Amino acid sequence: MLSILLPDFRVIAPEIILTVTAFTIILWELVTRTKDHTVSAVIGTAGAIAALAVAVKTSSLVISTFSGTLILDPYASFFKVMFLFGLILTIAVSLRFMKEGGTEYHAEYYALLILATVGMMVMAIGRELITIFLGLELLSMSLYILAGFFRQDKRSNEASVKYFILGSFATGIMLFGMSYIYGVAGSTHFKTIASTLAGNPDAVTSNALRLGMLMVLVGFGFKISVVPFHQWTPDVYEGAPTPITAFMSVGPKAAGLAALIRILMEALPQLMGSWEMLIAILAVLTMTVGNLAALAQKSVKRMLAYSSIAHVGYILIGIVASVNGQFDRAISSVLFYLFAYTFMNIGAFGILIFMRREGVQGETLEDFTGLSRRSPAAALAMLIFLFSLAGIPPTAGFAAKLSIFYAAVQGGYYTLVVIAVLNSAVAAYYYLRVIIVMYMQEPEVETAFTGTSPLLWAGIALAMAGTIVLGVLPGGLLEAARLSVMSLL
Amino acid sequence: NIPIISAIVYLPAVGAFLMALFVPGRKINLIRNTALGIALADFALSLVLLMKFEPGYADFQFMERADWIPGLGIQYLMGVDGISLLLVLLTTMLGALAILSSFSAITDRVKEYMVSLLLLQTGMLGVFFALDIVLFYVFWEVMLIPMALLIGIWGGPKRVYAAVKFFLYTLIGSLFMLIGFLLIYFSFHSATGIYTFDLTRLLGADFPANIQVWAFWALFLGFAIKVPLFPFHTWLPDAHVEAPTAGSVILAGVLLKVGTYGFIRFSIPLLPEASLKAVVPIAVISVVGIIYGALVAWVQQDVKKLVAYSSVSHMGFIMLGLFAFTIQGMQGSVLQMINHGLSTGALFLLVGVLYERRHTRMMSDFGGLADRLPMFAAVFGIVAFSSIGLPGLNGFIGEFLILLGVFNAGMYLFGALAAIGIILSAVYMLHMFKNVMFGEIVHEENKTLKDFNLREILTMAPIVLLIFWIGIYPKPFLRIIEPSVSKIVVRMDIARGEMELNKAAAVDSVPTATLAAVLQTDKETGD
Repeated sequence: MLSILLPDFRVIAPEIILTVTAFTIILWELVTRTKDHTVSAVIGTAGAIAALAVAVKTSSLVISTFSGTLILDPYASFFKVMFLFGLILTIAVSLRFMKEGGTEYHAEYYALLILATVGMMVMAIGRELITIFLGLELLSMSLYILAGFFRQDKRSNEASVKYFILGSFATGIMLFGMSYIYGVAGSTHFKTIASTLAGNPDAVTSNALRLGMLMVLVGFGFKISVVPFHQWTPDVYEGAPTPITAFMSVGPKAAGLAALIRILMEALPQLMGSWEMLIAILAVLTMTVGNLAALAQKSVKRMLAYSSIAHVGYILIGIVASVNGQFDRAISSVLFYLFAYTFMNIGAFGILIFMRREGVQGETLEDFTGLSRRSPAAALAMLIFLFSLAGIPPTAGFAAKLSIFYAAVQGGYYTLVVIAVLNSAVAAYYYLRVIIVMYMQEPEVETAFTGTSPLLWAGIALAMAGTIVLGVLPGGLLEAARLSVMSLL
Repeated sequence: NIPIISAIVYLPAVGAFLMALFVPGRKINLIRNTALGIALADFALSLVLLMKFEPGYADFQFMERADWIPGLGIQYLMGVDGISLLLVLLTTMLGALAILSSFSAITDRVKEYMVSLLLLQTGMLGVFFALDIVLFYVFWEVMLIPMALLIGIWGGPKRVYAAVKFFLYTLIGSLFMLIGFLLIYFSFHSATGIYTFDLTRLLGADFPANIQVWAFWALFLGFAIKVPLFPFHTWLPDAHVEAPTAGSVILAGVLLKVGTYGFIRFSIPLLPEASLKAVVPIAVISVVGIIYGALVAWVQQDVKKLVAYSSVSHMGFIMLGLFAFTIQGMQGSVLQMINHGLSTGALFLLVGVLYERRHTRMMSDFGGLADRLPMFAAVFGIVAFSSIGLPGLNGFIGEFLILLGVFNAGMYLFGALAAIGIILSAVYMLHMFKNVMFGEIVHEENKTLKDFNLREILTMAPIVLLIFWIGIYPKPFLRIIEPSVSKIVVRMDIARGEMELNKAAAVDSVPTATLAAVLQTDKETGD
């Protein structure tokens, strides 16, 4: 009897753990009035690791619960594990930075970071439009605040306001689109939508449905920084505290794509013909604009922001490839790319955090001059991350690009691959520029690095390990991704 | 059953890693000797491989196979045949000599320098041994990073520009090469239902003509940039001139060969029909490269740049021999790869010796050196003549075989033009030699120059020895190359036969009908 009334909590076990952790952090600070950032960080890490353990343990289960609005399947579990790694890495690189940054609100910071992760996970397990929206809002609200966390810093305030205004607008459009889909299909549950549309060919070709899908795409496009909905990304990434930038550059993208893929594949498979060309065009625009804009940047932080836009372009190719190519290879290449990207991008931002010095942010190209002499370890780590982002073997970035190109060639999308290849070459240049400055120029400034800490280095080391291991032995994760995707079919 | 190939490939990298961890950066002499020791150990291992190698077989030997990414058909697959064996020996030998030559040339950040050189060794050796296409690609790209760092950190005034140019140029080529390989992979799958990047299996397939053509030109881009074939050569003069001496030696001696190796290992055996169709365009640009490279070398004032352009010229020769598809042409081409590595590597070493003494490479700053540096002059002379192709030295064997092969293939015009290239190479080489070595000593600084020291003699000796050995008694070398090359030539003959059969079949139907009609008419008129 009870089993009918009660939902299956295993589906949301990691989310529950994380939520409890977040509230523990807030309550602890409230009760003890501690000024020590470390306490919050430690509680947060403990919670994250516990959630990770649970997520891995339950990863092979397939359970539908909460009246079918939530589903735990290998696909969702893959993303949960990815998000949790992102969270752990972000906490690791945050601690010293936030302490030095002069903010006294540590409990709120870590709690919001954790709640943002909960929002992302809900987006991955959602099987129904409103649930996804809920997850998205939880994620977005937390990030709006986190982006503006340095209240005294103008750039941070600007980032937060821009993100909030533009983000709300985009969310509104998305919700409007969802309402149109509901209007046509009569339900917000994906499976129900799909079966309704399958039995009703008129509905499939209706303009209302097309418009709904388009607006949903626009909304998600904003969140994952697809061109031309990317305008907020460089400014928000540049202004936000660097650990938050690191988090924003990987998490919400993965969450948005997780939800979007589910919507496209499970709810709107009949519309595949329509969105194939559209996403292909968006992919080309995103890659090209992202890469060309990155070339012009003098700030490494801003350059990494534009590069993250470009990477979304490559990922979108994987989605396009699923239409005409082999479905599991194409989507699994997207999953693998996102997972690898989590490590290399947070790692790169981690070095940026390391670069912070007395009174200097350490974000511009000039700040990196001669880094190989000032701190050989940091320079070497940055070299590995940059080469991974450029797609040079034997790094995770190469394995990721190879799997995307593989899927695209398999599907016969030769033009897309050629464009992606040309873009990769362009991108290599601006990544190389940082390496040149680090290794081939003599340092001018000699002040010590204040942004460093053992935890930061632990985070960077973890990111490096991920980048190299996934590059040399990608087989395991690729296979896991492929199996996860099978559950979508 | 020790995996000797993997040992050869990874010894430099592992050694570099250990050296980076355990030897402090300030103990420069220890670093130098350690690096040299690692490189010599690697050379010794490759000699062991040589001794155990069976020369009579065309198939791959000492194969190592392990699963890597089974889902995609990617394996860890290594093996060696006659073609790659000699290239591997060249790599390990030049690697050790390059390290030895850097002892006095590099004084800043010596540890990073040696680590880069050793990592580069691993990359190049991996390229020559890899038999799985993705593994090949990984090692191919791995070569890029240390080379770019070597040029960009320890190079000349324009080193950053040269390093970036080298890196991006090569990267674009490699990316297109990847697409070409993927085309072959998927074509194999649609024919057989098997996903594999295993070269030995892919060699058994017949790919449809249009796939072959697309894949050939995609691969062409990647390999042609490395060779370098005109007009994709523009990265080379900058890279060679700006690189430190050891960098130039490795670049010219080995790195250029991976391009031609790519053609003979992948493009030609996998895509024979497309290769046959490509003969004329490739022969044309090869010959253009030979003559253009020689002419530009002739007008150079900077000795290093002259040698760089001579590389373009000589590699054109090698490509021409390769695409003649006759046994002499291809055998000569592979041998010439080794010869060019030796002679051009030696030339860069000699230029480096001069540069270390006088910090200039301009011909006008020298003159009359033969008087003060007789040993240097003698060695320089031998190497210069080897580069020209004087009989008795190694260059002659290679060039002669190539020309023979080209003429045997009926490519008379190309052969004649290539032969003119030999004359031109004599012109610019002897011109350079005269300006540097003969005449009066005009500059004061030159009067006090010292001849070779012991280390420099040790660096040049093995090369000079091989120059004479290959020149006088090339048989052992040719014997190693021959079986694998024959196999490819046979494959090309079959492909050529098939192509002609297809052409005849297409052409036959029409004339016979017309002929019959004509005969019929003739009968009627009684004519």
